[in-house]
Amino acid sequence: MIDLLATRGYFLVAFLLMGVGTYMLIGSPNLIKKVIGMNVFQTGIFLFFISSAFVQGASPPLLSAPAPYVSPLPHVLILTAIVVGVSLTAVALGLIVRVYDEYGSLREGEIREVAADE
Amino acid sequence: MSSLPALLVAAPLLGSVLALLAGLVRSETGWPVALVTAAVQVAGAGVLASRAFDGTVSYVVGGFTAPFGIELVVDGLSATIALLVAVVSLAVLAYSRVAGPRTNAFYAVYLLLVAGLTGMSITGDVFNMYVFLEITGLAAYALVASGEGGRSARAALKYLIVGTVGASLFLLGIGYAFVATGTLNMADLSTQLAAVGYTEPLVQAAFALLVVGLFVKVAVFPLHAWQPDAYAGSPDSVSALISALVSTVAAYALIRIVFTVFTVDFLQANPVARSLLVAGAIVSIVFGSVLAVSQTEIKRMLAYSSVSQFGLVVGAVAVANETALIGATVHLVGHAVMKGGLFLTAGLIATATGAQTVDDYEGLIQRLPLGAGAFGLLALAMVGVPPAVGFVGKWYIALGAVEAAAWPLAVVILLSTLLTLAYFARILERMFFRDASGERVAVDGVSPGMTGVVVAAALAAVVLGMLAFEYGQLLEPTVQALLS
Repeated sequence: MIDLLATRGYFLVAFLLMGVGTYMLIGSPNLIKKVIGMNVFQTGIFLFFISSAFVQGASPPLLSAPAPYVSPLPHVLILTAIVVGVSLTAVALGLIVRVYDEYGSLREGEIREVAADE
Repeated sequence: MSSLPALLVAAPLLGSVLALLAGLVRSETGWPVALVTAAVQVAGAGVLASRAFDGTVSYVVGGFTAPFGIELVVDGLSATIALLVAVVSLAVLAYSRVAGPRTNAFYAVYLLLVAGLTGMSITGDVFNMYVFLEITGLAAYALVASGEGGRSARAALKYLIVGTVGASLFLLGIGYAFVATGTLNMADLSTQLAAVGYTEPLVQAAFALLVVGLFVKVAVFPLHAWQPDAYAGSPDSVSALISALVSTVAAYALIRIVFTVFTVDFLQANPVARSLLVAGAIVSIVFGSVLAVSQTEIKRMLAYSSVSQFGLVVGAVAVANETALIGATVHLVGHAVMKGGLFLTAGLIATATGAQTVDDYEGLIQRLPLGAGAFGLLALAMVGVPPAVGFVGKWYIALGAVEAAAWPLAVVILLSTLLTLAYFARILERMFFRDASGERVAVDGVSPGMTGVVVAAALAAVVLGMLAFEYGQLLEPTVQALLS
């Protein structure tokens, strides 16, 4: 068991991050922190992809480099996923600015109270 | 090799940029740009559909041959969905010219949504599907937020957070499948996953993550929480567009993932996987209807109705035979026309009379005969009264469930007709058999375009029903290929 965890440390950290992110996303009443939680959750997934591509002692996939090679595909995928994540964060923060303008609060409960009064 | 599939994604993207640039020159110029783009899109999707039914059309992006590069694959099913996306987006445009929102930014995002949805329906690569899923999501969040006031912003934020979790689970599922096989091409994945073994925990986990991620996007109970707020909080044209297309294309993606990537053999090897789908379907149908009955606001009721109708489609996926899948496709198309039409009619009624709740609809037939008639017709079509398209879809799905001897599901599917009637009967009774309670202020602002689209949707719901059996025969080879 300990052995397994020691050799799969990266995966362990990745899933720990996903857990922390999900907890923040659900548990925190603050909208900004929810978005941070969302980012942490996604970062966990990114790390999962990257660590899955790791090969001990391998070189980049260039013709001039000796084998074995690292697969470049997960890195490319995650570059795309990071761009997606940044756009999502931007849209989320834009929406939060509008919510704050409208309700004067970032806390879920207070926003709900103001909305119920309308 | 035809480059039409790639152009079908590129055209709305280009239109989106043009709409934004036109806004720099003159404001409120987005609509004509969007109209031209949507018309081109309908023509392109039509040509593609006519070719795809003869044989699968595929396109290799950038010359990187599959399975290494991204491949666009169009069969009868994808062509149907791509054509549906194009036609519905053109129809909603006709509605939104007067109903608004009218800014150029709105139409730029509108076309971006069309690009994302088209991309999702024709891609043959799972990661590419994730990217298009997120483009669709981002555009949908922005469109929901285009309404006025704090309500739409809150709805959009909720949609964004829940939707992102769903898409991230989908991405994690792709990661698992990729770790197991080292490929992302759907056709290649199906053979590689079979080689790895369908009972491997890694493959099973990949399936669970992909399916649950898509459940969020389809809005299957209990992962539907974002959907009623998003539909009710957005402007009428937006709720019609996203209710007709976004969940529909996500359900298409579910069919693709389950049958093209994992295949029927996976479902046979893992009864638990099938139970997951059956459970999602039954819970969605029952609770979606029950929640719909308890709503007072029309748009929220229609939203919960979607939860229940998509339960039927998920049920058809769980049944996994030819008849049920034809039913799922017919119901996807039919639901898009009927639900989009219902949202547009609700918008038209709200614009003309200010009625937004179930009680406001009392005696509507006297005040707005056209609106009440169209709403009634579409509601009955949704319940499944023959010869409307809602009947054909449900008929095929129920028949499929009986053929597969999936009795609990078959009972719930037949029951769903009654449940649908339960929430629409309240409105039908109020609209046609009660007198209007007190005079209400007449708000007018109905354009010929709005009326035209509503009438067209109501007629389409009936006409498509008559064509649906022929379409089912046309689709048979595609579905057979999907199931083999």
